[in-house]
Amino acid sequence: MADPESTNTPLNRGVFHARSEIMNADGVRRALWRMSHEILEQNRGLSGLVLVGLEVGGVHLARKLAENLLEIEGQSVPVGTLDVAFYRDDIGIRQVTPSSPTDMPFDLTSRIVVLVDDVLFTGRTIRAAMDAIVDFGRPAAIQLAVMIDRGHRELPIRPDYVGKNVPTRRDELVDVTENGVLLGVIEEEKS
Amino acid sequence: MIERHIRSIDDLGRSGIEEILTLSDHFHEVSTRRIPKVPALRGKTIALLFYEDSTRTRLSFETASKRLSADSLNFSIGSSSVKKGESLRDTVETISAMGVDAIVVRHGSAGVPWLLPRWTDAAVINAGDGSHEHPTQALLDCYTIRNKLGELDGKRITIVGDIRHSRVARSNVKAFLSLGASVTLVAPKTLMPFDTDDWGVETTDQFDSVIGDSDVLYMLRMQLERQQKSFVPSLREYAKEYGLSNSRAQSMKPESLIMHPGPMNRGVEVSSNIKEHPNSVVNDQVANGVIIRMSALYYLLGAGNVTKLEGFSDE
Repeated sequence: MADPESTNTPLNRGVFHARSEIMNADGVRRALWRMSHEILEQNRGLSGLVLVGLEVGGVHLARKLAENLLEIEGQSVPVGTLDVAFYRDDIGIRQVTPSSPTDMPFDLTSRIVVLVDDVLFTGRTIRAAMDAIVDFGRPAAIQLAVMIDRGHRELPIRPDYVGKNVPTRRDELVDVTENGVLLGVIEEEKS
Repeated sequence: MIERHIRSIDDLGRSGIEEILTLSDHFHEVSTRRIPKVPALRGKTIALLFYEDSTRTRLSFETASKRLSADSLNFSIGSSSVKKGESLRDTVETISAMGVDAIVVRHGSAGVPWLLPRWTDAAVINAGDGSHEHPTQALLDCYTIRNKLGELDGKRITIVGDIRHSRVARSNVKAFLSLGASVTLVAPKTLMPFDTDDWGVETTDQFDSVIGDSDVLYMLRMQLERQQKSFVPSLREYAKEYGLSNSRAQSMKPESLIMHPGPMNRGVEVSSNIKEHPNSVVNDQVANGVIIRMSALYYLLGAGNVTKLEGFSDE
């Protein structure tokens, strides 16, 4: 059983029970290394590139990608963080509370913005993120990097860089940390 | 559906206050953006029902609604059917029939915000009811203090002036105490309420004895419109005993704060240049007004008001 405190997935109720390990720490590290190279290849370098990590799960991945890019190219990439709570389409349907304040200390106009998140699921978070991004300027392009694509898309959104494609059931939950990727379920806490 | 109102600080408790202060860190960031607006409350309608005059409270609620992309309806009593004798109940039912999600109400009588839920399903925010409560003022004061001095736990806050008529004092005492601060009230005996024994505060009529120990000096407005009943011999004498003069300000701790809810009577409760004093955070209080009201509205209509849809799965 995973310790809910150590996961990046905010739990509204219940406890996360891991059923299987999809990737271990080496797997996550290698996937991020490959994705860093793909980002460089796709954009022919780092010119105008900005990484934006989505709160909560995408932030540490964005920072890791920036470290990799610095190591490969010897050039640092600005990293912003974005909390999309106020742009979500399910406000009033479920409890939507933000996690950490957005930190975007630069204008995004004419930049290539790579959104970074841990898990791509329905695509609704990314839709919200794109709406938020354009409030910070008009980027030249928005790309998407995710560690896990678990399917079940509800919007016409596809990732540009993927750590791993994982078929899942809707009721399952994917937990991504530097130590690996777990697939499990949320079970009601028994009192 | 979780039913939430902000009629009193009691409606929030410590956890509610803290949730609103946390939301305010987010809305503070939003307010620094090139486009200081988010679509969070799109489609929601907020009615502002002000039976008493107000500048900063009404404007800040209106600005907060707009920055959350909600629509606001402004009922200023002077130009509405209230002039023709329409009752509070009829006015509220009329507004409610137009489909509003929240009503922000200010009224001269204590308790009006508690009547509204009888006539409407909208969430109610108290923007001041008589001499009773003004919870969003208390929230913005807590936020201002927290940003300047850190958590309120263990801080010593002194509230000075016309406590008796002050809704700000009543809400602030509750909020400060819930967050773990200790509160001292300073007023001449005529302006001290009778029931302060139940408030959990210290009281004194000697202002000079507490200045040096205070982390915050919270100066209340002398309610000149209520002074016909001679609660003090003269404003000049009041200013001498209870006004924050420059010489009194010199005996403050170097890092402590001067606060005032506004509007200020310069030369009465504070000397004429105290707003510009280096320890004064009066302008921060005003700036935080919009942010706190965004948080209050989002707390009611966004974070908490949940209608479950069939077949909807949490991500």
